[in-house]
Amino acid sequence: MSTSKVGQAVPPVFFFLLTATCMAQQNQGRVLTPEEVKSVDLTVSPNGAGLPPGSGSVSTGAQIYAHKCQSCHGPEGQGKPQDQLTGGIGTLATAKPVKTPVSFWPRATTLFDYIRRAMPINAPQSLSNEEVYAVTAYLLSIDGVVPKDTTLDAKSLPQVKMPNKDGFINYWKVGQAVPPAR
Amino acid sequence: MSDTHHEIAAANGLLHRRTLLRGGVFASAAGLASATDSPDWMKTPGRTFSAYGMPAKSQEKVVRTFTVAPGRPGTGSSRTPLHLLEGAITPNGLHFERHHNGIPEIDPARHELVIHGLVKRPLAFSVEALLRYPMETHIRFIECPGNSGNYAGAQPAQTTAAGINGLLSCSEWTGVKLSTLLAEAGVQPTAKWIIAEGADAAAMSRSVPLEKCLDDAVIALYQNGEAIRPEQGYPMRLLLPGFEGNMNVKWVHRLNVTDAPVDARDETSHYTELMPNGKARQYMFLQSVKSAIIKPSFGMTMKGPGLYEISGLAWSGAGKIAKVEASADGGRTWTNAALTEPVLSKALTRFRLPWQWDGRPAVLASRATDEKGETQPTRAAWVAQYATGQFYHFNGVQSWSIEADGTVKNVYI
Repeated sequence: MSTSKVGQAVPPVFFFLLTATCMAQQNQGRVLTPEEVKSVDLTVSPNGAGLPPGSGSVSTGAQIYAHKCQSCHGPEGQGKPQDQLTGGIGTLATAKPVKTPVSFWPRATTLFDYIRRAMPINAPQSLSNEEVYAVTAYLLSIDGVVPKDTTLDAKSLPQVKMPNKDGFINYWKVGQAVPPAR
Repeated sequence: MSDTHHEIAAANGLLHRRTLLRGGVFASAAGLASATDSPDWMKTPGRTFSAYGMPAKSQEKVVRTFTVAPGRPGTGSSRTPLHLLEGAITPNGLHFERHHNGIPEIDPARHELVIHGLVKRPLAFSVEALLRYPMETHIRFIECPGNSGNYAGAQPAQTTAAGINGLLSCSEWTGVKLSTLLAEAGVQPTAKWIIAEGADAAAMSRSVPLEKCLDDAVIALYQNGEAIRPEQGYPMRLLLPGFEGNMNVKWVHRLNVTDAPVDARDETSHYTELMPNGKARQYMFLQSVKSAIIKPSFGMTMKGPGLYEISGLAWSGAGKIAKVEASADGGRTWTNAALTEPVLSKALTRFRLPWQWDGRPAVLASRATDEKGETQPTRAAWVAQYATGQFYHFNGVQSWSIEADGTVKNVYI
């Protein structure tokens, strides 16, 4: 563009467009660095994306569970006073379904994600990543979902086949504002 | 005035809803106090101003009800006392609560809303930054997907309208359209979901379809004209009109744009619908069309035969309420109730109908239909869809039995 045009009359429509653009983009957000994003990102996806480095074994998990979880969830995750965490496999289609993380939840990643973000309830986010892997491994071992000698990490956790992995039907259809009628 | 002047609209004394509009139904000859008989409070100056007004002293029992689990004081829910309120807007101090690990005390100067994931540039918005944006205001209900869950029980729960439906509130919400903020971050073409996370001690998170985020989702900062209360997400919450309450993430601080949902704990363990064949419906987000008679309801006593107003609430996550039918004979005959204006999309709508009660046992019920044409199923039809003990998203027809002595009981029809 030639500089000689600067200062020439500009059509009013140009100012209108400029104003409209400014209104649409307030741009008050602060752009984050990848490191800043990483420091707040707790999401773990079913495919394993977001799982941190580290690993934890069933035997380590049993010790952590005894110290930090059992007072609420009972021995071996049997529940009481708080939620039952184990058992119930095979009950979902019966007259008395028992929904637990191992009998009902379709993904092992959910267990890791939830423990890391919310447990133990009196000190959430106090467990190290290794401890979360270990407690997850221990809970899954009680019903034999994983063998007793298992060590879980970012690679092996998403591979765990949960007993109810095919038990959920996604009723959300992309592009539909309302799920299908019940 | 004779009852024969009122047009009967359905069996057991339900009058036509137009009777209300014509007025005069409830007219009575109220005596006028003589000037010399003025009450004390007219003969002495009243009290001074207050910085933040409180309800009248006589209203001290109009409060939320809740139970606290031993050792977990911040986990559970409190209920809006629907049976002690009128109209459609819930006072801020009475909005129902559901917390997973207490109410965080957030420093608004340190709180940021982060948008990241499948975006061109990750952004963080401070409260101050959000206040620079154009705002929208809408009246919307929020309902916990566990609301009215006791209606799935084998026996009708003998509890108040709040005990059944009190995980339901309606406010005027003001905030910034989420689509505006997403546009600035630049959503990538592969994006389909957003994982929303709260800044509470449960870091409560839910997967939200991108279509909803680009439709009518709002980052709400104000509730009924004042900053959102701490119990409702101060300084900001995600508002997803018509979607189950749990997804309206309070204290929202992070939106992770993804290509798939994450199967978070609260969308697998909770709020899914287990069917008799052992399979569970997941990602059923909509709070379907629903209604409840609030007056009369359990805990109230009818004062003998005569003219009464039936009133209640109707709502639908799919849009506006199109009609509410009422029955006084257990659902055999129905007539349309009057809807109190304004009838708003995804908001509570108050309905009213005059009723000439003859003093004999009667069963009152209401049945709403929304603008999409969806009508509430019967309780039996609703329960039959699910495995034993399932109660999320109950929206079947509810009913009250009026006994000859004027007491009101919960009853299944």
